[in-house]
Amino acid sequence: MSDDTDTPQEIETLPLDAWHRRKGARMVPFAGYHMPIQYEGIVTEHDWTREQAGLFDVSHMGQLMVRGENVAAELEKLLPGAIASLKPGKVRYSLLLNDEGGILDDLMVTNATEWIEADEEAGTEGHWGDPAYYIVVNGATKWDDIAWMREHLPDEITLTHMDDHALIALQGPNAATALNRVMRNVIDDMVFMESVCHDFGEWPLRITRAGYTGEDGFEISLPNEHVETLCNRLCAEIEVRPVGLGARDSLRLEAGLPLYGHDLTAEIDPVSADLTFALTKTRRESGGYKGHEYVSAALRGGTKNRRVGLVFEGRLPAREGAKVFAGAEEVGRITSGGFSPTLGHPIAMGYVAKAQAEPGTELEVEVRNKRLPAKVATLPFVPHRYHRGK
Amino acid sequence: MARYFTDEHEWIELDGDTATVGITDYAQGQLGDIVFVELPDSGKTLEKGGDAAVVESVKAASDVYAPISGEVTEANAALEDDPALVNSDPEGEGWFFRMTVADKSQLDGLMDEAKYKSFVDGL
Repeated sequence: MSDDTDTPQEIETLPLDAWHRRKGARMVPFAGYHMPIQYEGIVTEHDWTREQAGLFDVSHMGQLMVRGENVAAELEKLLPGAIASLKPGKVRYSLLLNDEGGILDDLMVTNATEWIEADEEAGTEGHWGDPAYYIVVNGATKWDDIAWMREHLPDEITLTHMDDHALIALQGPNAATALNRVMRNVIDDMVFMESVCHDFGEWPLRITRAGYTGEDGFEISLPNEHVETLCNRLCAEIEVRPVGLGARDSLRLEAGLPLYGHDLTAEIDPVSADLTFALTKTRRESGGYKGHEYVSAALRGGTKNRRVGLVFEGRLPAREGAKVFAGAEEVGRITSGGFSPTLGHPIAMGYVAKAQAEPGTELEVEVRNKRLPAKVATLPFVPHRYHRGK
Repeated sequence: MARYFTDEHEWIELDGDTATVGITDYAQGQLGDIVFVELPDSGKTLEKGGDAAVVESVKAASDVYAPISGEVTEANAALEDDPALVNSDPEGEGWFFRMTVADKSQLDGLMDEAKYKSFVDGL
């Protein structure tokens, strides 16, 4: 990190920059980087991901490795999820909370503890190595997250920002088929929210069965210098095409997945955000994490507002910031919205007063002085198709 | 018939006393897949450079400005059912609205096709 944090941020390039441009991407500044918003067109790329497999560059995201004795217990002081009981190779969605229970970021944490093979010469048996956790955080918040974690984790815990690693996501119903053809017998036994390390030739990969589209798929982390070759290799498969940030946003919206900075902020708690699944049951009472007091009160007493899905008739989308009404009374705001290519009508997420949050509730959303009829819908809008195994 | 272009990527074609307005092929390419077009009602008075229409693409809403002042005489009803016409034929079937021409001299400040092309090439 540089020390000139007061000067305006320069837009930086990521390892796949030239690759995107060769593929015809339109590049836009996003989270401090030049990123591809689209190649062929958002709807085409969106549909391709729902039907085949889309390849996304998400190298702007923060990849962190946290190591040290008692690291799980220390992470549990910052995250409301059970980390100590997360088995090696398992992944959990969690939240970085401030002291008031506000969401600083949402993230994925993987128990990355390595299995050390038996060594007959040394006379050691196979055993688990030092505990390590691989954490992926949002690009726009990564510097704040790192500062927060460094401040609140004890000095014995090392936090490495893996900025020498790229991250790509292969998402869609044919992602597994394509990946299996490129590298055999690697992902056969993996289910949703599992992660493995695999040496593909001489390239060390971390492959995680997860994503941000609602489809089955994988995120692959690897050293910057190999990512372009891997992308070429993947795109040589008939099922795979590059997909930009535009479709990434419409896909995650259909999947009902919140976007940090829009649907989640430091002023919003996990209960209002309808993310109670990230609050591991055993820790709701025992607590011991930042913001627990507030989260616990919200769980007991409920919250004023709740994140909901809204569906619209017609074609006019309601965007972020649009006001939501029940009759004359303003009851909420849209936090992200757009046109759903899969469903063929507009959809949105937003926060509404708890009394209006039941699915089926008929509300109105104001767009350019017009009131659009909207109905509260259960999330996701488009069913998830994760590979959960038998 | 003469066609003029604005630096906001609208085109306007003069036909006698009325003019037809739309957005350019470059503009539709920048906007991407268009899902809704909000058009002005007939009879609405437009001021040159003022808001005239709104184009909603999958990713964002964008304003379309009046290239000249005048009164709207007709909106393209075909865009209601098929807003994607703006993507497929922006400078033809995907026109937005027709309007009267309040002051022909306002057209003088706009670009002709060759000038607009070099303007776009420079972007």
